[in-house]
Parts: sequence; structure tokens; C-alpha cells
Amino acid sequence: MLAATDINIAQQIGFGIIAALMIFSAIKVVTTNNVFHSALWLIVVLAGAAAQYLLLAAEFVAITQVLVYIGAVMVLFLFGAMLTRAQIGKEQGLNNRSWALGIPVALLLLGTLTYVILDTYGEQRLPQPEGGSITTQQVSDSIFGPYLLPFWALSFVLLAATIGAIVLARKD
Amino acid sequence: MLISQFLLLGAVLFCIGVYGVIARKNAVLVLMSIELILNSVNINLLAFALRHGDTAGQTFALYVIAVAAAEVGVGLALVLLIYRNRRSIALDELSQMKG
Repeated sequence: MLAATDINIAQQIGFGIIAALMIFSAIKVVTTNNVFHSALWLIVVLAGAAAQYLLLAAEFVAITQVLVYIGAVMVLFLFGAMLTRAQIGKEQGLNNRSWALGIPVALLLLGTLTYVILDTYGEQRLPQPEGGSITTQQVSDSIFGPYLLPFWALSFVLLAATIGAIVLARKD
Repeated sequence: MLISQFLLLGAVLFCIGVYGVIARKNAVLVLMSIELILNSVNINLLAFALRHGDTAGQTFALYVIAVAAAEVGVGLALVLLIYRNRRSIALDELSQMKG
């Protein structure tokens, strides 16, 4: 266990603001009545996640998050919303009839997860990411070293997804 | 920083995503909720990578991002196909495979 001086106030304030923004935006994503607003709130969540990755000293993953998610995936989502003729403005019928069932399920899951996390990791501190933190070079050594086989499998997944998406979406 | 604050943030995002998957009828919105779930997993992976000083967490966070991109591509292609055939992407109307 590290000393109590290990807590960095600036980091805590940054974490709190970003986490509150992320949770608020995530709730807006699943409750708003407008598909486009939902997509735009999702951008806030993804950008906040990138900021949290920076706090966790994973700068390469944060950059990848911005490039892949905010750059590419969100464009796909907006295309998907427009091609399926989502209305610009409020729209009815985005929720199931039994949507209220989701609230107790989510709260029960959250309660269980919170209990387990606090019970297991209650006061454990993260080490301050300083000189000894993980560099991008180490990550790439890990990808092209011990985890090369999943990387190959992932290449095939991406190839299959590309071909599959083309085959599915083309007009015959 | 406590490790539990990141894990709790991930748990909250995960539960909001689960609520979205259950409550939403529009297929595009369900895919967005799945993105929330995948992001919460990434936060957990990176928190554990920092906790243990291990590169495996960051490696698999990158893999999760790649798999999520592939999933969105195929998922939206399916949604477009359903829309083209049925003029609607309401998931509760897709009951042909019900026994």
C-alpha cells in the first residue's frame, strides 16, 4: 500500500469532472428521443473515455480511440441513421413497450458490480504513472510478440467484416 | 488515484449500456448502447494495465477497439438490409424466426 500523499488532487478533480460528464452524456444517449442527438451525446462519452485513458497513462490507446471511434465509427453511425430515414427532430417509438423493465435490471447489475468492486478493490491505489509507465514501444512489442496470434485472428475478423458488410449492403 | 473509481465508472457505463440494449427498439440506438458497453470494458482493461504495470491490458484494449469497429460495420450493414426489406428497423417487428 502506497502512502496517502500519492493522491494527486488535480488528477482527482479531472477524473470527477470527466466522469460526471460521461455518465450524464451516457444517460442522454439511452434516453433522448432523437437519433442524431443520441449519436452526438455518444461522441461526448467517447471523448471522455479517451480523456480517462490519458489519465490511465495509455496515450496510444487514447489516440486510437479518437481516430477510430470519433473519426470513423461515429461517421458510420450517422450514415446508418440517415440511410434508415431517421427523422430530424423528435421521434416516437424509439423505445420498447416494456422499456421500464430495463431500469431494475440495470440497477440490480450496478448494485452487484459496486458491491463486488468495493469489496475487492476498496482502498487499493493505482501507482502514479511516471517514468516507469508503459510506453507505446512496449505495447507494440507486446502486440507483435506474445499476442501475435490474436492480432492475426483480428486481421481476419476485419477482413471478414469488410467483405461481409459489402456483401450484405450491396443492392442486387 | 484509487483503482475502484475507474472500475466503478466502467460499471456505471456498462449498466447504462445494458439499460439501452433492453429499452431501445431502434436498431441503430441498440448498436450505440453496445458501444457504451465496449467502452466500459476498455476502461477496466486500462485500469488493470496500470495497476499491474503490464502491457497486456493496453494490447487487448486496442483489440477491443478493432473488434468494435468490425462489429459496427457488420451491424449497420445488417440494419440497412433489414430497413431495405421491411421499411422499418424496429426490432420488435422482427419475429419471423420465433418458433
